[in-house]
Amino acid sequence: MDLILSSLEILARWDVMIALLVGSIGGVLIGAIPGVGPAVAIAILLPATFSLDPIVGLTVLLGIYGSSMYGGSIPAILINTPGTAVNALTTYDGYPMTTRGEARRALSLAYSSSFFGGVFSVICLVLFAPVLAKIAPMFGSREIFLAALLGIILVVVAHRGQSLIAAALACFGIFLHTVGLEPVKYSKRFTFEQSWLSSGVDLIVVVLGLFAISQAIFLLQGQDEKIRMTKLRGGLFQGMRELARHPRVATASASLGVVMGMIPGVGEFTAQFLSYTYAQRTSERPDDFGKGASEGLIAAETSNNAVPAAAMVPLLALGIPGEALTAMMLSVFYVHNVVPGPQLFQNDMDFVVALYLALLILNVLVLIFLLFATNQLIKVVKIPNRFLGASILTLSFVGVYSLRNSFTDCLIAACFGIFGFVLKRLNLPAVPIVLGMVLGGIMEVKLRAGMARVKTPFDFIDRPVAMILFIMILGVLILHFRYVWQQRKLLKEAKWQAKHKSTSFAAQMSRRKDYLLMERGKRLREKRSKYAPRLTDKNSPR
Amino acid sequence: MSKDRSEEIRRFDGPLRGQALFAIVFLVASALLLSQLGNETKWAKGTQFFAQPRFWPAVSVIGMVLFGGLHLWKLPRRGFERVDVVEWKIWFFAIEYVIWFLAYVMLVPKLGYLPMTIVLMLTLCYRLGYRSRMMLGSAVLVALAVVVVFKSFLSVKIPGGAIYEYLPDALRSFFILNF
Repeated sequence: MDLILSSLEILARWDVMIALLVGSIGGVLIGAIPGVGPAVAIAILLPATFSLDPIVGLTVLLGIYGSSMYGGSIPAILINTPGTAVNALTTYDGYPMTTRGEARRALSLAYSSSFFGGVFSVICLVLFAPVLAKIAPMFGSREIFLAALLGIILVVVAHRGQSLIAAALACFGIFLHTVGLEPVKYSKRFTFEQSWLSSGVDLIVVVLGLFAISQAIFLLQGQDEKIRMTKLRGGLFQGMRELARHPRVATASASLGVVMGMIPGVGEFTAQFLSYTYAQRTSERPDDFGKGASEGLIAAETSNNAVPAAAMVPLLALGIPGEALTAMMLSVFYVHNVVPGPQLFQNDMDFVVALYLALLILNVLVLIFLLFATNQLIKVVKIPNRFLGASILTLSFVGVYSLRNSFTDCLIAACFGIFGFVLKRLNLPAVPIVLGMVLGGIMEVKLRAGMARVKTPFDFIDRPVAMILFIMILGVLILHFRYVWQQRKLLKEAKWQAKHKSTSFAAQMSRRKDYLLMERGKRLREKRSKYAPRLTDKNSPR
Repeated sequence: MSKDRSEEIRRFDGPLRGQALFAIVFLVASALLLSQLGNETKWAKGTQFFAQPRFWPAVSVIGMVLFGGLHLWKLPRRGFERVDVVEWKIWFFAIEYVIWFLAYVMLVPKLGYLPMTIVLMLTLCYRLGYRSRMMLGSAVLVALAVVVVFKSFLSVKIPGGAIYEYLPDALRSFFILNF
């Protein structure tokens, strides 16, 4: 209780409250505009938050992170276009409800489910915080290195079908981190005798290029879409009652969101997929899924909103971000000399709980805002894409130039903007680059520190947590290679089937002839000709 | 195109156009970086293998070459077709917006943040085909809002324009600080 009171004391400041309000409402607005998304907004706002107190800056960013998915469900339900990438599954059941004239019901259910997911995860984590505080000190250099390695492997294998290029891009991220002056031996690495490369490649410059400038170019090069908006009828308060009728789906989805959120590199997509599959399998009417099933909408929205709070666990407890947004937030900690990790949990537990309580408050703020402002809010969906692109380009300047007033930074960001644009066009992931940069830095420092106290390679994993992490790494790799092997087998089978179906008729005839000429084939032909004589067969009995 | 690859093309995650060139450029760039590993990093004597300044650059660059090469090898189509050329053109024309951005960056310290942001939003919107009064007015409003929020309220570090030096004394410092 004392812990919660001291945490509330941290939050009881007018600037924190304003940050919460701005972050939560701003997040909803950003989420509701398809094509912007929280990554772009956080990347742009990041340098602006450096001048604020850590709790104020983090509250704004957390507000955007936690509330953007609420806003993202609005275009997903009304116009079948997810506001943020994680609302894609909401379109499956949300939009069919809109086409049936139940847009209000769908929105209300989405808000209620999101609220439940958000609040459930925060309560779980506040209750779980003392346990985490006991576990976190068990993580030394070796364990943090292994956890970061596990994180990077999970990020790579999570990109199914693209894991090779995801691994290459993660390595590119690690490479970017190594550029510049090495901090221990003070030797230059890949600077090519260029003074501007001596200080290295700034994470924020890369993030702004890859997420904000690339998105601006993507929108500027695209076309404006004509949007037909459905009129909203009915009340917005019915969602809670409907949610209460499906407590099993809601609780299971929120739990999956919490668990998946805590695992680095997994995140919202896996949580949503598992929740949706669970809801469909256990439903009495599984055929309704994808056609406007309320359980489907609950599963999708509850699980994705349970993730943000849980994703803060590896960041705060170990200093390891699990995805791009928490990686960006890590830089806010570093700027203010607040080092997330086991010490933070031991020494500043009230700060950690304050962040969770901020998430709880913002969920309430967002729900109230949405219940009263949805009618006005849906107008932002109509902003033309290319106009948004021009606005993002203008805002990107603030993010990059305000760092050091450097033209070179802007040039590097522009280059990464083009690179990110190409990745977007090719549907390749940019997240492994950012995580490679962040986790690469952590791995380098922790491996150096960990190996200094190790005599044989086995000593590296002789502690229980290190051993568990090592087994997890092996397990993830074995599962991934099993998946790759199965896919290869399936591909072979599909190829074989496709070949025999129609691709090579002559080859099929030839194989048939060979078979019939074989001894067994001859016997078979003889047998068949006895019971079903062909008209052309001269020897057959008539 | 080989018949064997049709199933792989069908199962490929994402568009195939442009993939080959990207994979080739990525692999060549990675191989060039790998060739420079000896020159651009140092081997420190008396230092553990894992603490060597060369260790992590080597891991990352070898990883880039290895995984980049495997990605290229596993691509269903490695040759170039007409759709690839169309895709390359789209990539090339994206440079236009980078030029807009860099011109804006260069001109802000000279002409000032507020005037340049308004000019950029107006001209870019005009270039994009928005000619209505409402859209151009919205462009000016967005520019004004961006400058007021970031420079006036949040006081982000953006230098005042050189042009403000020509303003009367009373206005000069106000403009340098806020716009």
